[in-house]
Amino acid sequence: MSARPKLDYRAKSHLSYFAYVCHRFSGLLLACFIPLHFLMLSQSLRGAQGFEKSLALTDFWIFKFGEWALVILLAVHLAGGIRLLMIEFGPWKGLRKGWIQTSILFAITCGLLFLYFAN
Amino acid sequence: MSNTDLKVKVWRGSQEGEFVEYLVPRNPNQTVLDVVTYIQRKLDPTLSYRFACRVGMCGSCAMTVDGVARWTCRTHVSQILQGDSLEIAPLNNLPVIKDLATDMREFFNKWKGAVGFFKGNQTRHDDFAKVEPHSVERQLANAGIECIGCGVCYASCEVVESRPNYLGPAALNRAWTLTNDVRDIQQLERMYAVAGDAGCHACHTQGSCTERCPKAIEPTASIAGLKKLVAKAAVRGSKWGKL
Amino acid sequence: MSTGVLQAKLWYAQRISAMVLGLCVAIHLLIIFYAIRGGLSAQEILGRTQGNVLLAIFYEVFILACFVHAPIGVANILQETFPKSSLARPLSFILALLILVLGTTAVIGVFTGGQI
Repeated sequence: MSARPKLDYRAKSHLSYFAYVCHRFSGLLLACFIPLHFLMLSQSLRGAQGFEKSLALTDFWIFKFGEWALVILLAVHLAGGIRLLMIEFGPWKGLRKGWIQTSILFAITCGLLFLYFAN
Repeated sequence: MSNTDLKVKVWRGSQEGEFVEYLVPRNPNQTVLDVVTYIQRKLDPTLSYRFACRVGMCGSCAMTVDGVARWTCRTHVSQILQGDSLEIAPLNNLPVIKDLATDMREFFNKWKGAVGFFKGNQTRHDDFAKVEPHSVERQLANAGIECIGCGVCYASCEVVESRPNYLGPAALNRAWTLTNDVRDIQQLERMYAVAGDAGCHACHTQGSCTERCPKAIEPTASIAGLKKLVAKAAVRGSKWGKL
Repeated sequence: MSTGVLQAKLWYAQRISAMVLGLCVAIHLLIIFYAIRGGLSAQEILGRTQGNVLLAIFYEVFILACFVHAPIGVANILQETFPKSSLARPLSFILALLILVLGTTAVIGVFTGGQI
């Protein structure tokens, strides 16, 4: 005897749901990161040398990886957000699946561009 | 076509129960409803299930097939079969009466909750209402009025699953078609009913409803329309008043 | 204010701030890609931002939009994930405060370069 089945991955295996998960996940992580980002930037109040010293923290690879991940999360959240704005405010053209595919490409491009420019 | 029987797992019980496996011979052009019917008629007469028209018009036969809500009379086994097994369960998000039959009362009560019914102020003594067929409102209403209340969208929605009082895609879609009915006189009450956590603002545009609707209705569009309408009414007012 | 009306206004505020952020983020990404070429030092950052009124205004607008947008989103997630808890509102207020205070401090910081 067990409990009746609930909605599982089979019900949610479609592109629009995937877009929702990406958007929620990226938004949550960005909300956690942004205050830290502002905290680091506010070290500029210490003047150029003080600022440089606190920025030295970011030389550790974990920060570099974090920065790269955040650029991608930002790109994902931006593209997914524009899709939602189009769905909610624009003329109805379905679930904008073409836009989801473009968003994924956009995020990958941003990630690659970051790697290219940063090195 | 393979000659091995189908291994069909069917939910037996109600809120508690188990999947019981039956062996069903394959046939060409077999639908999932054919499979369930075979089980009940030839293998186990105690199986409870619902159907009516069996030709894709009434929506009574909706069930969860391999995890996805579908009309079983319109689902060919050959189209969805993985290997040689099938899993058939009752629609999600609705209480189970027995086996594959669910209690649809909360689904229809939510239509009422969303003011998903018409009320006009004309009588038989007045002239016909003139609704311009090419008007924006009529076109918007047209897009959603073919709903037959089958429950597939409701059963597919994760928000319905996590928020017991969420009105759901079908009720909100119906409410939207009525906000576009120029004869209706309850628009302010309707807007109050569909705003808030139980209403359109709980929708996260996951799109499962639109993805699964067997009539290709798009509740996501209707709910987006309601969000805009309600926001405008709350902030600036509408032609029926301010929220 | 009834809860439905409050939800409608919050939804509207979040979507308007989203439109502002859409623009700001796109511009910010371009700025960042331009700035990080060959690495980025504090000197280089301050060299561009110190005394730059336009950039200061741009980033303050950015921060105000974040201050509206993020807490509403986080409140929704918290309310859904933990429906029985009453922490959603206070946590969102804290986030709003952090964004406003830390953000404006950061803008002042890079605008003045520590020379207040």
